[in-house]
Amino acid sequence: MGKTLFEKVWDAHVVAQDPGAPAVLYIDAHLIHEVTSPQAFALLRERGLKVRRPDRTFATMDHAIPTRDLDIALWPQDAARQVETLRRNCRDFGITLFDIQGDVQGIVHVVGPEMGITQPGMTIVCGDSHTSTHGAFGALAFGIGTSEVAHVLATQCLLQRKPKTFAINVEGELGFGVTAKDIILAIIARNGAAGGVGYVFEYRGSAIRSLSMANRMTICNMSIEGGARAGLIAPDEKTFQWLQGRPYAPQGPDWERAVAYWRTLHSDPDAVFDREMTLDAGELEPMVTYGTNPGQGIPISGRIPYPEELEDPGERRSLLAALEYMGLKPGQKMEGQRVDIVFLGSCTNSRIEDLREAAKIVRGRKVADHVQALVVPGSKAVKRQAEEEGLDRIFVEAGFEWRGAGCSMCLAMNEDKAPAGKYVASTSNRNFRGRQGPGARSLLMSPIMAAAAAVEGRVVDVRELMREPLAV
Amino acid sequence: MEPFRTLRARAVPLRAENVDTDQIIPAQYLTAVTREGMGQGLFSGWRYHPDGTPNPDFVLNQPQYAGAEILIAGRNFGTGSSREHAVWALLQYGFRAVIAPSFADIFFNNALKNGLLPVRLPEEAVQMLWDLVEEEPDTPIRIDLERQIVTLPDGQELGFPIDPFRKMCLLQGMDDLGYLLSKEPEIAAYEARSPW
Repeated sequence: MGKTLFEKVWDAHVVAQDPGAPAVLYIDAHLIHEVTSPQAFALLRERGLKVRRPDRTFATMDHAIPTRDLDIALWPQDAARQVETLRRNCRDFGITLFDIQGDVQGIVHVVGPEMGITQPGMTIVCGDSHTSTHGAFGALAFGIGTSEVAHVLATQCLLQRKPKTFAINVEGELGFGVTAKDIILAIIARNGAAGGVGYVFEYRGSAIRSLSMANRMTICNMSIEGGARAGLIAPDEKTFQWLQGRPYAPQGPDWERAVAYWRTLHSDPDAVFDREMTLDAGELEPMVTYGTNPGQGIPISGRIPYPEELEDPGERRSLLAALEYMGLKPGQKMEGQRVDIVFLGSCTNSRIEDLREAAKIVRGRKVADHVQALVVPGSKAVKRQAEEEGLDRIFVEAGFEWRGAGCSMCLAMNEDKAPAGKYVASTSNRNFRGRQGPGARSLLMSPIMAAAAAVEGRVVDVRELMREPLAV
Repeated sequence: MEPFRTLRARAVPLRAENVDTDQIIPAQYLTAVTREGMGQGLFSGWRYHPDGTPNPDFVLNQPQYAGAEILIAGRNFGTGSSREHAVWALLQYGFRAVIAPSFADIFFNNALKNGLLPVRLPEEAVQMLWDLVEEEPDTPIRIDLERQIVTLPDGQELGFPIDPFRKMCLLQGMDDLGYLLSKEPEIAAYEARSPW
C-alpha cells in the first residue's frame, strides 16, 4: 500500500521508537517568539542544558510588540521585557534573531517561508498553534506548548504519537469574489471546530492546486481552527519556484537534489486516508462567521441557524451562548450587519497578495465615517513591497492606518484592542470571545470582504463592489 | 512534575463546549516571562466584570464550589492557542484534573506534560456528572489513574482511556526531557544520516 504525504514526512523523521512509547520525532526547523519561549529557556538554564541546534532555531518578535512606530523606551513595560528576554536568550544560546530593529522581522509564520526556512518535507514546530501555516509547502508543521519548546531546544526532538490522516478534497473552480479564506471557513463550518482533532489534514484537489502559495498558507494556517494540529499541501512547481533563491533555500547542486526529493512528496495514488471529505469549490460563496468559534460561519447569502435546527444539545448551547455574546439573532443574515473596526492582518491574511487584493477594493473609495480600519502587514518585507507598489497610499488615502509588522489585533496582546461590544471585520483566524479585545465581537472573513466592510461600514457581499466601476 | 496517582476531590460543573484557551487565560496574562501569577488570570473574563469586581454568576465564584480540584467541562476543551499558560493557570488555581468528552490536541499534550490529568468520559457521563455536582456540590469524586477509573459516591465506576506511556509518566511524575536526553546516541546517528 502506498503512503500519504504525511506518512512520508513522518517516517523520514522517526529517530527512535521504543515499544509502547511515542516516536522520537526529529525537528528540522524550530521557530520561536517572545511570548511562549522565556519559560523554556528558563528550564534549560535550570537544568544546565544547551540549545542542541542553534543553527536550526530561528527567532523573531511578533505577538506582544506594538505595531505603531514607537521607540522601545516608550513601549509597555511587559512587551519590552519579553523582547529584551528574547534578545538575551538568543545571544546567550547563539540563535539567529530577526529583531524588530532589523529588516526581516514579522509574524513568525510569514517570516519563516519568506526566508526560505520553510521547505517541503521538513518537520517544523513553534510555540504557536498557527504553525500549521507551513504545511502549505508540504512540511509537517504544528504548534507546541512551552514544555515542548524546551524539549526541542535541548534535543531537537519531540515525543509524538502518530496522528491519523484526513484528506480534504476541494475540486472545481472558485467563483468570482470567492477566496482561499472562504474555502477554509467553509471546511470548518462543515466539520466543526473539533472535526479534525487527532488528525492531520491534507488539502488536495484541483481547487487547491490552482491556489498561489500565499493562498495555500491561508488554508493551512486555519487547520488548527478545524481541530487538526497540522494541514499539508503537496509541493509542486509553484512551491519550488516560490522558494528558489530565498536566503535559507538550498543553492546550486543542493537545490537540484532538494527538488528531486521534493518531487516525491505527494500521497501515492493507492494511499489510504483514515477519513476523507470532498467540497465543490464552485458552490462556495464569500463566508462570514457569526459566532465565537471559527466553525460558526455562514455564506454571505445565508442565515444564522435557529437552535431548533441543531440536533445536538451541545451545539445548541454553543449557538445560544455565542449569539448572546455577539448580540446577534437566530435567522438573521450577516449581510448588512454594522461593523465598527476593520482589521486587515494576521498570519492568515497579511501577505502581499492579501494586501493587493484588498487594495483593489479600497482604491478610490473611503472608509465609512464610523469605522476605524487598520492594515498590519505580516512582515517588514511585506510592508516594503507594499510601499514600493504604492498600496500604502491607497489604504491611507482611503482612511486606513498603515502599521508596522506584527500580530496586533489578531490576539490583542499589544495595545491594539477593539473596545467591548464593537464589531470587528477581521481577516484573522479566531473569533473567540474577547480575542480581539475584552468584550469585542469578531467577524472573520476574507481580505476583500473585510475591505468591502470597511468601505460600506457594514458586512456586504464584496462581489457587488467588484461589479461596480471604480470611482476613479 | 508532581506525580498523579489518585485524587479524591469536589468538582465544578462548567457547562460549556469549545472552551478555548483565550477564555482559560486571556492574552493580557501572557506578557509574563515566568510561569507564576497565572492562577489569578484563570477564566478572568468570566470571573470578573469589566470593572474588576467578581461575577457572582460564574460557577467558579460560587461558594459551594470553593476548593474544588476537578473541572467538568464540555467537549473540545482547550481549543485554540497553544499557550501552556492555560494549563499553568488551571494548576495554580488548584485544579488537578479536567473531565470532558474531548480535548483539543495541543492542550491535551500540555496538560499531560504538567501533571494536570485530562480525563475523557462519554458525553452522557459528563452530563450525569454535571447534574450530580450541581445538585450536590459536596459530592466527592475519586479518580484512580492506575486503574483508569472515576468513582462516584454511590460506587458507580466510569472507565477512561489514557495512553499507557503517558500514564506511566504521570504516575512517576516523569517528564519527556529525561527520556529524550537518553536518546542522544540515536539523535546523533539520525543527524549523521539526515540529508538536511
